[in-house]
Amino acid sequence: MRPTFINVGERTNVTGSAKFRKLIVEGDYPAALSVARQQVEAGATILDVNMDEGLLDGPKAMTTFLNLMAAEPDIARVPVMIDSSKWEVIEAGLKCVQGKPIVNSISLKAGETEFREQAVKCLRYGAAVVVMAFDEAGQADTAARKIEICTRAYRILVDEVGFPPEDIIFDPNIFAVATGIEEHDNYAVDFIEATRAIKATLPFARVSGGVSNVSFSFRGNEPVRRAIHSVFLYHAIQAGMDMGIVNAGDLPVYDDIDPVLREAVEDVILNRPPRTNVSNTERLVELAPTYKGDKGAARVVDLSWREQPVGKRIEHALVHGITDWIEADTEEARLQSERPLHVIEGPLMDGMNVVGDLFGSGKMFLPQVVKSARVMKQAVAYLEPFMEAEKAGQPRRQAGRILMATVKGDVHDIGKNIVGVVLQCNNYEVIDLGVMVPADRILDAAVEHRVDMVGLSGLITPSLDEMVFVASEMERRGFDIPLLIGGATTSRTHTAVKVEPRYSRGSTTYVIDASRAVGVVSGLLSPTDKTRNEQATREEYVRIREQFARGRETKARATLAAARANRFRPTDAAPPPRPSFLGVRAFDGWDLKDLANHIDWTPFFASWELIGRFPHILEDEIVGEAARDLYRDARAMLERIVGEKWFTARGVVGFWPANARDDDIVVWADEARTTELARLHGLRQQMDKANGKPNLCLSDFVAENGDDWIGGFAVTAGHGERKRAEAFKAAGDDYSAILTTALADRLAEAFAERLHKEVRRTLWGYAPDEATTVEDLIGENYRGIRPAPGYPAQPDHTEKTTLFRLLQAEANAGIQLTEGFAMTPTAAVSGLYFGHPESHYFGVGKIDRDQVEDYARRKGWDVATAERWLSPILNYDPMKRAAA
Amino acid sequence: MTRAQRISALKAAARERVLVLDGSWGVMIQRRGLAEADFRGERFAAHNGQMKGNNDILCLTRPDVIAELHDQYFAAGADISETNTFSATTIAQEDYGLDEQAVWDINLEGAKLARAAADRWTAQEPHKPRFVAGSIGPLNKMLSMSSDVNDPGARGVTFDQVYEAYRQQARALHQGGVDLFLIETITDTLNCKAAIKAILDLEDEGLEPLPMWISGTIVDRSGRTLSGQTAEAFWNSVRHAKPFAVGFNCALGGELMRPFIAELSRVADTLVAAYPNAGLPNAMGQYDEQPHETAHFIEEWARSGLVNIVGGCCGTTPEHIRHVAEGVAGVTPRAIPERPRAMRLAGLEPFELVA
Repeated sequence: MRPTFINVGERTNVTGSAKFRKLIVEGDYPAALSVARQQVEAGATILDVNMDEGLLDGPKAMTTFLNLMAAEPDIARVPVMIDSSKWEVIEAGLKCVQGKPIVNSISLKAGETEFREQAVKCLRYGAAVVVMAFDEAGQADTAARKIEICTRAYRILVDEVGFPPEDIIFDPNIFAVATGIEEHDNYAVDFIEATRAIKATLPFARVSGGVSNVSFSFRGNEPVRRAIHSVFLYHAIQAGMDMGIVNAGDLPVYDDIDPVLREAVEDVILNRPPRTNVSNTERLVELAPTYKGDKGAARVVDLSWREQPVGKRIEHALVHGITDWIEADTEEARLQSERPLHVIEGPLMDGMNVVGDLFGSGKMFLPQVVKSARVMKQAVAYLEPFMEAEKAGQPRRQAGRILMATVKGDVHDIGKNIVGVVLQCNNYEVIDLGVMVPADRILDAAVEHRVDMVGLSGLITPSLDEMVFVASEMERRGFDIPLLIGGATTSRTHTAVKVEPRYSRGSTTYVIDASRAVGVVSGLLSPTDKTRNEQATREEYVRIREQFARGRETKARATLAAARANRFRPTDAAPPPRPSFLGVRAFDGWDLKDLANHIDWTPFFASWELIGRFPHILEDEIVGEAARDLYRDARAMLERIVGEKWFTARGVVGFWPANARDDDIVVWADEARTTELARLHGLRQQMDKANGKPNLCLSDFVAENGDDWIGGFAVTAGHGERKRAEAFKAAGDDYSAILTTALADRLAEAFAERLHKEVRRTLWGYAPDEATTVEDLIGENYRGIRPAPGYPAQPDHTEKTTLFRLLQAEANAGIQLTEGFAMTPTAAVSGLYFGHPESHYFGVGKIDRDQVEDYARRKGWDVATAERWLSPILNYDPMKRAAA
Repeated sequence: MTRAQRISALKAAARERVLVLDGSWGVMIQRRGLAEADFRGERFAAHNGQMKGNNDILCLTRPDVIAELHDQYFAAGADISETNTFSATTIAQEDYGLDEQAVWDINLEGAKLARAAADRWTAQEPHKPRFVAGSIGPLNKMLSMSSDVNDPGARGVTFDQVYEAYRQQARALHQGGVDLFLIETITDTLNCKAAIKAILDLEDEGLEPLPMWISGTIVDRSGRTLSGQTAEAFWNSVRHAKPFAVGFNCALGGELMRPFIAELSRVADTLVAAYPNAGLPNAMGQYDEQPHETAHFIEEWARSGLVNIVGGCCGTTPEHIRHVAEGVAGVTPRAIPERPRAMRLAGLEPFELVA
């Protein structure tokens, strides 16, 4: 397994950053704080704070800065590394942090007594500690000395002081190589060897280091320094280095470094025998000037577009999603414009129009458009202060104002967010109320912001009803603005049949996907075409309603009794073996790396409206380029998700004795099968079956008598997802926000697949010899199924309550149900396990009133309640019956 | 029994059953309708300023009232009763102008009163020994929060001052005979860490070590402490105390507290304790939740294996505790989970570096 590496942010270190030192010495703490904030926003998971500067009162500066940081929740959320060579500065810092920090550092420099005292204090304050490889005789340079000192320190800490070994981090000193002094040539190798030995012999201890030291002799040549850091880290991490103080955002990928440079650097770092009669150092020194100023890596980037006039440069940046120069270009355009607003209405909107045209003509795709939006947002954010400063400034002209929300009970928002971004790109103002928004809040906000249109989104079936409710509330409260309906479970038919008739004062329009959103919205806001468009939609929906009514009349259904008589009868009566345990078992912190390897990428591309099977989609003639870019960005983010543990994967699995009772499954509390623990209710197909096919119900896959079992699971990879996504969003980076959410969803699905494999092979163990590839998993070539409540084999979402109770899913996996039975965190999957060899997926299809009444009786509901929860699959119109 | 024997009895009892702490003191004292003269007693008859409302002073001026409350809670089935010393630090008592000696005496006498009550009950019911938790409450001054709206870096108190105040309180409670320390209603984890350091340092100096129980307060549905930490970050920040128990109390009723207790239960490799308020206060600031309602939530936590120690905070009465004790009787206490060794740090949020 590849080790995970933690980057410690170094910009809040007066010895590492000249800018920060200047701010602190001048007492500009607000600006110094924003340096800390940038670090956290850029993904630093630990902040190193160092105030070791001759001009400063160290304890005072440390106290002031840490106290100020504590008042900033978006900075204070990460742990601090209190960094000083003076103990009094460290102790001042320890008195300011409520979390658990890392002390950097203590050492045996002044002997064992002081070392022990300081270690005990770290323990009493509650801190992990960095121990430098430094003793009474000095700083360790050779591998042997580093190992000797670290081992001695470890034994004192663990055996005598009682320090937890997992809270010890060794810094075995990184020294500069290629200095021209022969004794220095092996310094990098010494560090790497010491790291390997420490990790092998001192259990649970970690290794860290200040990486920039290693390239000190090349200061002034940043590209070569970065290449040295990258190569050094590549080898040190392999040897077990866990964390480092390094500006990781700057590092080229090892594989991307120009091979000639990489080889020369590698020869120096690994102190290999010289290839010619020129020493490794001399060779690198000779080579270095050729790379100066070329950004270091061998990225061949065509920058000729930078030669063009500013308007064209802005257009290029928007079309290609490049943020690197956008602020400078925006500033240049601003200086050329009369008013800052003209930059938006001029070059920026011109560029976005090009994006819109390319998108409309199928030459750009959603992921690229969302990246364009990121550039646009940065430019607008840059201009905002200037526009505010312009007192007489008129508000920016927007094409329209649209309110969007995911309805009450539902938490899914990828699609809604994409639509929002696309609309913003087209100069619409979007007011996004987020997820789980009740009708009154939606409509109050619509009034308050005087919006031109309301868009509702939802993914699970109960949301359909909520949308109908919002529509009827709009009617009741006298709205007449257009209503848009979208989201995975919505459909033109549902909108036409259920939603549109409830809202007669305004128009209702179904929007099939994000790429249609702009067309629909502009059509509805156009003063000339609005009425015509609304009329056309209205007529279309009347036709759909008529078709729907006709379709309903012609679909004959079997009676429930007949369907039950035609149930599925297994040919193989032998039930699966007893699971390896009964009851529930929680899985906490499942390795994200393992899940990443099990991702099914095809649906990931589909969520960005790129349709095609993975990996062929990457080579696709039309969407290939967009897919490749998206895949590269997704892979890079996945690397960070795994490496920096953005998410926590938690899951729970349970097995119980079970037997079928008609369409229900009785779950027993005991193996004697005397006490009923729960009852899982099923729904049976009622379509007319020809050629001897059975009318299926999930209970058919469980034996009516004797020993049989059922399993259940709930997994999530979403702990931590929302926070990340919101941080990206707040920073104007919707692209990364949506990417985060989409990847969390994929990891949750991968978790479900991965766990199911474990269930088949060991936990239930009915297929111990199964050896399948990821492709087989995705293709579902294995025995047993894991259907989820709310999906075709059992469309009733309320059954999740029973499943969650059995699994104690909240306590065991931290997953909760909303009132609409959506799961939170959103990136979650749950379901039942059936082990029968002939079990397979199916859809219940439409059901008739006799089954609804029977089901209501079994669930202890009245019929109206059952009709509400089952409304998407009713084969009749309950309103008609009520009227009759 | 010696204190060492009582501590081992406490640890044994926690393995066998869900332990019950007492309920609120404020409500019960309020019901007595005591007058200013009761609070002052003879000792503080001439003291400047109002003393009414300083419940802790009753340890000195109306010890009978305090002793009776301990009795009522023990009679209701509590295994552990807290000393009436929630605000008995030199810093918190500055409001009433009490000097160091008076604060020391409150803690010492408060501990002795509780000790005597517990010993009486243990003598009567040897099969169910009773224990005394020395209550160490929060301060009105916080180390992580600004004391000046115009200066986010300003603090009304220093770490060393907080440390010294808690050190004195812990010593007095220890001398008065408590069986464990209960650092409770923690609004600021840094204040708590000062208390932890004070207690650990006293042990280093030779004081007999007592179990520590650390109880934070999640202020609302957001799941954060007042100083902004999540449940897991809070645990990572105090785990170095190697506490006997960790948990939450106050601010929330049972219904709203559950997810955070569940979270703590998942991450804490020690006993988990929870004592919620009797629901949320009504418009008049009073608690309406009935004893059986409070007990209903708590019993479910116990049955779901989330908790080892339960009890009540604001608005709960001996009747609430009786229902709670009945509800959790015979329920198997939560098994302490074994977590993989990992470096676990915290800012406002947890950080974990897994092997």
